[in-house]
Amino acid sequence: MDETGAKPKRSGARLCCTCNQRRAALKRPKTLEQICRECFYDVFEEEIHQVIVTNQLFKPGERVALGASGGKDSTVLAYVLSKLNKKHNYGLDLFLLSVDEGITGYRDDSLETVKRNEIQYGLPLKIISYKDLYGWTMDEIVKVIGLKNNCTFCGVFRRQALDRGAAFLKVDKLVTGHNADDIAETVLLNILRGDIARLSRCTSITTGEDGPIPRCKPFKYTYEKEIVMYAYFKRLDYFSTECIYSPNAYRGFAREFIKDLERIRPRAILDIIKSGENFRISTTTKMPEQGTCERCGYISSQKWCKACVLLEGLNRGLPKLGIGKGRISVNDSEDRNGSDRGKSIASKQCGTLDF
Amino acid sequence: MMQLTLEFGGGLELLCESKKIHNVNVEPQNGSDKLIMKDLLAWVRTNLIKERPEMFMKGDTVRPGVLVLVNDCDWELSGQLNTSLEDKDVVVFISTLHGG
Repeated sequence: MDETGAKPKRSGARLCCTCNQRRAALKRPKTLEQICRECFYDVFEEEIHQVIVTNQLFKPGERVALGASGGKDSTVLAYVLSKLNKKHNYGLDLFLLSVDEGITGYRDDSLETVKRNEIQYGLPLKIISYKDLYGWTMDEIVKVIGLKNNCTFCGVFRRQALDRGAAFLKVDKLVTGHNADDIAETVLLNILRGDIARLSRCTSITTGEDGPIPRCKPFKYTYEKEIVMYAYFKRLDYFSTECIYSPNAYRGFAREFIKDLERIRPRAILDIIKSGENFRISTTTKMPEQGTCERCGYISSQKWCKACVLLEGLNRGLPKLGIGKGRISVNDSEDRNGSDRGKSIASKQCGTLDF
Repeated sequence: MMQLTLEFGGGLELLCESKKIHNVNVEPQNGSDKLIMKDLLAWVRTNLIKERPEMFMKGDTVRPGVLVLVNDCDWELSGQLNTSLEDKDVVVFISTLHGG
């Protein structure tokens, strides 16, 4: 690991505000402190440790799967979590879990990164593919449906694929690399979409505790800038190419807005998360009831889960089935919760959100 | 003439023919004898960025979400656009905007 490539310090270089000895290497967005590389590693890891401890994310002896895409967040998460697990004796059995959506030139390349991570961090890897689970790759789906709603399919399928992979690995928990910027972005998106159900869930550090496999986000308060700086300084091996099918324009606008806010006032990211946390839903609001899909048994508030509806559409040659507020729907005919279900918040289209 | 090493990462390399490291010679701009980051960004945009310049720049600075390091130091500590460059400096641009 080459960590000394830089030129010797130049006159007037600022010193680290923590150790007062070494040259500062970055400005922390969270605190605006100038800090050197070594002190940054310490505080970065320690803050994540504190988040894990304070929120009691894990219990000793648990099997934990890390959703690994090969991107920066999950790569840094795999590195930091395996380090903390050793350092603080969490007693966790860690696994890497990757989803192969079947996207040539994108996921096949990023999976190579995950395979290297498997060796670098000594964590067993399980890859679960859309083709095996659903009989379709994203390449095949895009051929049928085009580039309009492909992210809906992918988002719905991925969520379920991760759960199925986690069940296969018999893990107690699934952790994902969602960072503070992602969560702030999702808070905004859920407000813009009026999706109250997701708004109240998206800031929770742990979700799905009522379901088979709870998910948690140890990077909930970790800035993307610090994750990328950490990966850069440590020369971690990650993959950074945008998905070839995903302009995902709507999320892109929210993302750009968050980044603009961060430039003016970096604290804005934590403030938005805080606002999201403080949202309270009036007790009279009708929330969707959680049940199970009649077809595949996955959790669903409808007769069929979203993945089964989408899949049915694909297999019947009606790929618009289940997209948006279309008139044809499997769930409309025999609705389990009465006729006003179609207007409830559960019918909002937000398949691309992973929260 | 100033010799600089420029490195593009986090997906930004795709905007300059998938080449991550560029060893370049840049002249101080506007008849001045020094080069600042503001001048370098304009130079990079003209000479290295081959597609989608909006992924790299917004206005006269980098697009929010692009990290800049001069000699492995966050440019937010050295004055951002006003950071002055010296011969043999290493400037790194990393996009944080690609998936996690």
